[in-house]
Amino acid sequence: MHELSIVASIVDSVTESLAPYPGAQVKEVRLRVGALSSIVQESLDFCYGIGTDGTALQGSRLVVDILPVIIHCKPCDRDVTLDGVQSFRCPLCGEPSMDLRQGREMDIDSIEIEDEAEVKA
Amino acid sequence: MTTRIVELRRGILKKNDELAAGLRDRYTTAGVLVLNLVSSPGTGKTAFLERTLTGLKAHGARVAALVGDLETDNDARRLASSGAPVRQINTHGICHLDAEMISHHLDGWELADLDYLFIENVGNLVCPSSYDLGEKIRVALLSVTEGEDKPLKYPTMFNSADAAVLTKIDLAVPCEFNRAEAIKNINEIRPGIRIFETSAKTGAGMDEWLAYLAEERARRA
Repeated sequence: MHELSIVASIVDSVTESLAPYPGAQVKEVRLRVGALSSIVQESLDFCYGIGTDGTALQGSRLVVDILPVIIHCKPCDRDVTLDGVQSFRCPLCGEPSMDLRQGREMDIDSIEIEDEAEVKA
Repeated sequence: MTTRIVELRRGILKKNDELAAGLRDRYTTAGVLVLNLVSSPGTGKTAFLERTLTGLKAHGARVAALVGDLETDNDARRLASSGAPVRQINTHGICHLDAEMISHHLDGWELADLDYLFIENVGNLVCPSSYDLGEKIRVALLSVTEGEDKPLKYPTMFNSADAAVLTKIDLAVPCEFNRAEAIKNINEIRPGIRIFETSAKTGAGMDEWLAYLAEERARRA
C-alpha cells in the first residue's frame, strides 16, 4: 500500500512544475508505468482522490499508460516484448535474458492544465 | 480558458532516486558494501542477519545494520547482541524504507569505518521494490515455509534482486518444500541470479554466503 506515498510524490512533482503557470488548474495527469513497477492501478486511483484533495491537482483525471516489459535477446539480436512478468525468456527462442530495455518506468509523462493567466491576457 | 499539455517526463520518485544516488556515492567513497534485505514478514530476515553479523565479526569485519519496522525496536535489540552497531528505523505505518530515512539514520556514523552495512527493510514484498536506498546488492529472501511460487506471485521484487536467499532450510522436509521448483521459479523471474540455501538455526549455507559477501566487497565496495 505505497500508492499513497506515490501520489504524494506526484503531487509534489506536479505542483513544482506549475511554477511557470500561476493560477493554472490541473485537468489531467498522465503517467508512464512499467509492468514491473509494482503499482496497482485500482489502489492508485483510490489514493489519488485522497492525496490530491486540497492541492492544485484536486479533481484532475489520472491516466496511466502501462508499458510492457521489453528485453534484449542476444541470440536473436533484437528487443522483444514480453506478454507478462512471469517469465523472462525470449518468446522467439526461449533464451532467458535480464537485459531489460523497458518495464521499470515510473514516470510522469505530461499534465494537461487550464491556464487562467492566458485568459486574463 | 486555455487548455495546454505540459510535458514533464520525470520520474515519480525522482527525489528518492536523487537521494539514493547521493547515498551510493557516499558508500562508494567510504568503501562500504551496502546490502538491502527484502522479504515477506516472517521469512527470517532478522535471524539470518544476526548470524551474518556474528559470522562477519568473527572474521574481523566491521559491520553495522539499520533495521526497518513499522513499530518496536525488538529487531534492533536482537541484532545488537551481535556486538555490531544497530539502529532501528520505525516507519510508523509506512510500508517501506526510503532514501531519506536511511540518510537521516546514518547521521553520526563514520561510513569509512565500516566494511559492510546491512539494511533490513520492512517485511513486505511489494512496496520496497520501488525505493532505491543506494544499495549495491538487493537480497530477496524466501523461506521454505512460504511456498515455492512466491517469486511468481511477487515478480517485481525478485526481478529487481541481485541475490536470493532461501531461509529455514532445516524445515524443508517437514514443510514438503520442493527445492527444485522454488529454484526454477526464481530463475524464471530473475535469470542467472545467485541463490543461497541457508538455515540461521543450523548455520547451513552460511559459509558460502559469507564468502560471497567477501568476494563482492573486494570487487565492488
